[in-house]
Amino acid sequence: MNWTLALPEIVLACVGMATLIFGVLRKQDSTLLCSMFVIGGFLISGLLVLTRANGFGFHGQFVADPFSAFNQILIISGATLSLILALDWNRSQGIARFEFPVLMLFSTVGMMIMAGASNLMTLYLGLELMSLALYVLAAFARDDLRSSEAGLKYFVLSGLASGLLLYGISLVYGFSGTMDLGSLHELLLKPESASPGLVVGIVFVLVGLAFKVSAVPFHMWTPDVYEGAPTPVTVFFATGPKVAAMALLLRVMGTSFASLVGAWQILVVIVSIASMVLGAFAAIGQTNIKRLMAYSSIGHMGYALIGLAVGTASGIRGTLVYMVIYVFMTAGTFGCILAMRRKGKAVEQISDLAGLATNDPALALVWALFLFSLAGIPPMSGFFGKLYIFLAAVQGGLWTLAIIGVLTSVVGAFYYIRVIKVMYFDAATEPFDAKPASLSFVVAATGLFTGFFFLFPAPIVAAAQAAAGVLFR
Amino acid sequence: MNAVANAAGFPILSLITWLPLVGCLVIMMVRGDEQTVASNARWTALWTSLLVLVLSLVLWVKFDPSDGGFQFNEHVTWLPEYKVGYSMGVDGISVLFVLLSTVLTPICILASWEAIHTRVREFMISFLILETMMVGMFCATDFVVFYMFFEGVLIPMYLIIGVWGGPRRVYAAVKFFLYTLTGSVLMLLALIAMWVHAGTTDIPVLMHTMFPAGMQNWLFLAFFASFAVKVPMWPVHTWLPDAHVEAPTAGSVILAGVLLKMGAYGFLRFSVPMLPQAAAHFAPFMFTLSVVAVIYTSLVALAQEDMKKLIAYSSVAHMGVVTIGIFTFNVQGISGALFQMLSHGVVSAALFLVVGVVYDRIHTREIARYGGLADRMPGYSLVFMLFMMASIGLPGTAGFVGEFLVIIGSLQVNFWLALLGGMGMILGAAYMLYMYRRVIFGRITKDDLRHILDLSPREWAVFAPLVVLTLWMGIYPSSFTSFFDASVGAMVQQHTAALAATTKLAGIMH
Repeated sequence: MNWTLALPEIVLACVGMATLIFGVLRKQDSTLLCSMFVIGGFLISGLLVLTRANGFGFHGQFVADPFSAFNQILIISGATLSLILALDWNRSQGIARFEFPVLMLFSTVGMMIMAGASNLMTLYLGLELMSLALYVLAAFARDDLRSSEAGLKYFVLSGLASGLLLYGISLVYGFSGTMDLGSLHELLLKPESASPGLVVGIVFVLVGLAFKVSAVPFHMWTPDVYEGAPTPVTVFFATGPKVAAMALLLRVMGTSFASLVGAWQILVVIVSIASMVLGAFAAIGQTNIKRLMAYSSIGHMGYALIGLAVGTASGIRGTLVYMVIYVFMTAGTFGCILAMRRKGKAVEQISDLAGLATNDPALALVWALFLFSLAGIPPMSGFFGKLYIFLAAVQGGLWTLAIIGVLTSVVGAFYYIRVIKVMYFDAATEPFDAKPASLSFVVAATGLFTGFFFLFPAPIVAAAQAAAGVLFR
Repeated sequence: MNAVANAAGFPILSLITWLPLVGCLVIMMVRGDEQTVASNARWTALWTSLLVLVLSLVLWVKFDPSDGGFQFNEHVTWLPEYKVGYSMGVDGISVLFVLLSTVLTPICILASWEAIHTRVREFMISFLILETMMVGMFCATDFVVFYMFFEGVLIPMYLIIGVWGGPRRVYAAVKFFLYTLTGSVLMLLALIAMWVHAGTTDIPVLMHTMFPAGMQNWLFLAFFASFAVKVPMWPVHTWLPDAHVEAPTAGSVILAGVLLKMGAYGFLRFSVPMLPQAAAHFAPFMFTLSVVAVIYTSLVALAQEDMKKLIAYSSVAHMGVVTIGIFTFNVQGISGALFQMLSHGVVSAALFLVVGVVYDRIHTREIARYGGLADRMPGYSLVFMLFMMASIGLPGTAGFVGEFLVIIGSLQVNFWLALLGGMGMILGAAYMLYMYRRVIFGRITKDDLRHILDLSPREWAVFAPLVVLTLWMGIYPSSFTSFFDASVGAMVQQHTAALAATTKLAGIMH
């Protein structure tokens, strides 16, 4: 039993428990301290991920390979950025409690387990650990009606999705006799073992995971939860869980069920097209910037799913690169949204941005950069995400997906540049409050990544290539 | 950096491309009150663009016109596993467009010296970024790099129209952005398809790659979507009048002078050499659209009440002549198209500046609001007349040579094509002279025109280089045509050879 492979998760969980005990025992407010502990835990865990050996641990329940490492690093980055953004926000909104970083940490542990799962049971455990913490986080501003509603809504719908996933897992187990992803792969290489019951099971697994990445038609919760949850929690929702669930989708579909690609490819294609179209058109009418970002993330997941639909190593690589770029530009955009405060009170309407370019040129510039990137305009990083995805789609001959993809990206560009229009072309209104340093840090860091990705794309692409090489051998 | 071995001895193309961004950084650093910032931003932008101009003149001098291939090549590996590199190089077709961009930029900066008085710093930054994107696009010899510059142009132009434009600027800016983007993303797919097929995005290699005939047609249509919007060809030209009318003067100048050329350049760089069969197959279609553009938009121009709109429609007509020339596939036609692009770049840019002069004084572009300017503004009337005549295509001015060559080239294809294409010159004379008469001649009836001032020294400085260029191109055209003769010859030869090869192949198969 090789437990050292799970060292990053174990260390992180221990840090979480220690922080919890520390927070309970210490009498005065220890939010900042606990947050620092958790960020420290993230960094140590990230280092451990980078240095650990590859292999299977816990009797094949758990796998450490370049693919899991790639996603775990990305999950940790997203979680760290969200936590830094939460530091100042929670204090100013009066919801600063030491449980916040701890919950975030446990949710992150769950995601890391998801990324490293090599057994359907491990997968489910990780998913539930992540979700349970997320329910509480979504309702963290418990005196705020919208936040409580978001928490409850997410709880009910996510519970349903988990049920479907579990049902799918039990079907797969029942019809194949194994829950190990590697054994499933070998079993399914024999065409006669692909029974209809198994295929139904796969569909349920797909549905359960599609809910987590908020792909159409399982996206209903996204706008409400994004809008209702405290904004740093929304950042968290938009980054880590998406990466973890996408990693699972890629691993489960890409290794275990790879030989059944003919059965599930059409489903992924439909889900992808529906997400891109809905993400593009439903966002046009939005007036709340957080809801707009919710639809934007639905659309982005549609693009990322193209890579899975192609079902080749090149497609997986495209999806992984897309997720990296997506995490950083989304975290950055939400960082900008967090700066929308007037006299300590958060504002969320797009019209509140009017004349930002006059009041705060630096913020408007970075924000415009993020929006152009979300729209996929070169030379911003978002363009490269789309480039690799469409490259894979064309290589795979999925022309329909590629053409619908580029056309919806034009529709998407319309609402992104509309936000830029409000910031740059409209007359200035009251300026926002001064930005806290932590926020400026996150926005600057993600802005540099988004703006200058084009100079050094090779390392990330090479890492994604190595990660994708593990699947679809 | 590897493999920078060229005639200049240093990476001159990269320097010309990226130097404006250095100017941007300097402008960003400027501190102080609004007046100081504005004045420093203006001067920094002007000096940067003049430095770029000087460098591009060095390029012009060092360029070897007898070589039909790419010169001053630079290459840096960028995405090695995909064989995509940061490659730069110019041939006879692109070198003059680099110069056109670098000549027009300082002129635009000078022209917006007083016209732009809000957010001057941001304006100058946008303009320098725009210069980087334009020059980079003409220099790129890698398709991905080309695409990045091609689409990157949208960002500064969107802001220039949207922030400093007229009353309906938001509508015009969004329309411009979305029209162009829709075409571009389809080209992106074509790019990727060629990339997957050929395994490289190096433009010189792609030029010598034979794509299957069925694939060529689809690729051609995808390129058409992008370049036809940019040119713009009828019926996707409707963004242009809006964008021109709403853009500030300098924005219109760059739009007409350089941005429209990007589409025609794309046809010449990609559609004709890379997709010879498809280009030949679609030539009648292109001729039809071009002839419709020439006649229809000339008639529309005749009915315009707004000076900028009139010139915008005349641009569509002139660019129609360019696309006719490109698809004749003979030396005269393509040379004529190139010359017409250059002369239109100078003349239409100058005409927008001419409108800008009176707009800055009276703040209207309505033709009926003017009349009798010849009394008060003799210098202005003279300059206006020269550019108007050049736009019509009077022999001895820049406009004549291009149209004449295109007509010769199209005569070899089809008599009716030449006749209908030539109608543009007649109709052009009608709408231009009509506008000139209403603005310049007659009696001054409006009170505010009685005290209007003639060109200031700064405005003379703006117009002087354009006047010189217009006459030079008209009187001694071979100093320009000699630059692209070798490249055009090579392109036509290759096109004919490719077509002959397929015909032969078809003969063997039957």
